[in-house]
Amino acid sequence: MTSRLRLMFRSTAVRLSALYILLFAICAAFLVVYVTAMSERILAQQTRENLVQEIGDIQRAYDRGGLNGMLRIMERRARQPGANLYVVAGPTGEILAGNVASLQPGVLDEQGWTRFPFSYRPFSESGPEREHMAIANVIFMENGLRVMIGRDLGEPGRFRGIVRRALMVALTIMGIGALFIWFGIGRNALKRIDRMSGASQKIMAGDLSQRLPVGRSGDEFDRLSESLNAMLGRIERLNEGLRQVSDNIAHDLKTPLTRLRNKAADALNEDDPGQRRAALEGIIAESDQLIRTFNALLMISRVEAGSIAAEMSEVDLSAITADSCELYEPVAEEAGLRLETSIAPGLKVKGNRELIGQAMFNLLDNAIKYSAGSQGEPLVRVVLSADVTGIRLSVCDNGPGVPEEKRAEVVKRFVRLDASRSKPGTGLGLSLVEAVMELHGGSLRLSATNPENAQAPGLTATMVFPPLTS
Amino acid sequence: METSTSHAHADESGGAKRAADAIVPHMKILVIEDDLEAAAYMTKAFREAGIVADHASDGESGLFMGSENSYDVMVVDRMLPRRDGISVISELRKRGVNTPVLILSALGQVDDRVAGLRAGGDDYLPKPYAFSELLARVEVLGRRKGAPEQDMVYRVGDLELDRLSHEVRRAGKEILLQPREFRLLEYLMKNAGQVVTRTMLLEHVWDYHFDPQTNVIDVHVSRLRSKIEKDFDKPLLKTIRGAGYMIKDEG
Repeated sequence: MTSRLRLMFRSTAVRLSALYILLFAICAAFLVVYVTAMSERILAQQTRENLVQEIGDIQRAYDRGGLNGMLRIMERRARQPGANLYVVAGPTGEILAGNVASLQPGVLDEQGWTRFPFSYRPFSESGPEREHMAIANVIFMENGLRVMIGRDLGEPGRFRGIVRRALMVALTIMGIGALFIWFGIGRNALKRIDRMSGASQKIMAGDLSQRLPVGRSGDEFDRLSESLNAMLGRIERLNEGLRQVSDNIAHDLKTPLTRLRNKAADALNEDDPGQRRAALEGIIAESDQLIRTFNALLMISRVEAGSIAAEMSEVDLSAITADSCELYEPVAEEAGLRLETSIAPGLKVKGNRELIGQAMFNLLDNAIKYSAGSQGEPLVRVVLSADVTGIRLSVCDNGPGVPEEKRAEVVKRFVRLDASRSKPGTGLGLSLVEAVMELHGGSLRLSATNPENAQAPGLTATMVFPPLTS
Repeated sequence: METSTSHAHADESGGAKRAADAIVPHMKILVIEDDLEAAAYMTKAFREAGIVADHASDGESGLFMGSENSYDVMVVDRMLPRRDGISVISELRKRGVNTPVLILSALGQVDDRVAGLRAGGDDYLPKPYAFSELLARVEVLGRRKGAPEQDMVYRVGDLELDRLSHEVRRAGKEILLQPREFRLLEYLMKNAGQVVTRTMLLEHVWDYHFDPQTNVIDVHVSRLRSKIEKDFDKPLLKTIRGAGYMIKDEG
């Protein structure tokens, strides 16, 4: 429990709430002090007004009834409950009459309002005499008498006491409440963090499919978990890609390496110089193909890792498309195909010309390779168009196509359909296209060119680029 | 797959051995490469191609040798101990050494190529590469045979290419070429007598910097070939198997 508490004090939430409590208390104290001061001022004001009126009354009584009249009225008023203070003193300050037993010395020395509250002793009916505080107005009369009319300040003092008590109660309640909230938040946060670190430990142990718990509140913790989960998803995909690559490299490179080895053995056993030369040239060709495969693999990994992202700029997709078609037109012709294009002019995307070009080359190469000798119409169509949702670059062929259930499969590295194994290729073309499109924030979509034609449905590969927002 | 070029002139000598026919003049190059095995293979293969190759195994000694001796071409690995390849090149350029430099890099990214060329490199080859590709590029960089840059008319045998009027004639007879075919022929003739690889053609004619992977370049070359050789007896444009193409008057 103590370690938990110590942990809790270390937690940011708890430290923050403590800080808030402190700040709030300071504000509350300031407010209370201000309110008290203000109400005291108002009370004092009222007291003074009351006294001014009293002085007026006494003055009038004196004018009408002389000294005796004044004393009478003072006596009568002094007897009422909660009365003001009345003092009639001689010229030297000795108290002649009134309801005050003794005064702080010096109070009657000056005419007008006493500058500060002073202490006095009232006549008390019972118990020990206590000191009271009061303010008063002193009047010097023509006959040398001094009259003081004042008011006890017991009342404002009581008011201050009430406010102080209220403040104490409020602060106590606030403190207890804050402690509860503090404990609640801290414990809740701790629990969730515990769950998160539990999940991350499993992930660290190698289970990349684990995800951090996400609650329903959508608060900071949930958002953090969500973005960490998205990150984990990406890491998992990259990792999966990596594992797939290494598995497939091992598997798919075994074949050409074995071929290479066999050819080398043949060359070694060959006595005829011409035959030996041919065998050696075969070895070179085989090695070149291997190098190509490696280059393509490396390229895909780099594109997938997003490390080429730095080279993005605004590129003319229409020009790239036209260039690629121009490059492949003779290849299509040689394969007995027509290459038909419909290219919307001036379409620009944010991207990398080299990568888009290479992706386009791969699609055209595929289209030509698989259309040649198929039963469909000998035509490859390239269509570049744009609308608000994006820019689409499609390469459509009339070849054997890819069955719907295999379409997700064929973009994976080294995956080739059985029917295409006889054709040359690395099995990496579509993987690169997909990686390139992902890097460009777009996607690669595969569909049938003529779905109703069972013999030659054809394949339409569409690169979808997000619209260029400037 | 691309090597199966079934064209009429696929009968030339191939591989690195081709260059041993002593027609290649002596060229002296410097290879700065820390992988000793790769360097040993390279120097041997260059020697067989008639090129003398010195070797430095780190950036500092490469910089020293490169600035003290005069070479025709330098081949610099991007990642080197003691001094990075890019820094070697920029330091050499700072010291006024203008020897053409080919950068070898295992990184092979687009940015990487741009960074290398910006630092003063003249050509760039990502690893892994075929030696024939390296050899072809080194020979072109050494530029011992090709036409001088300022020549306005390239000639190979009875074939003439006018770079200003864009006219191509063979034995006085005009040959009509598409713009791209013209650029293809121009690049081949500029490097007449030297092997030009498919990747180099894609780079210089189409401005894409990757291995074309397929026979796409071969188709263009064979179209060009049929235009310049169809009505003539003597072949000029040869396929160098396992390497690329060469235009040459066998005289």
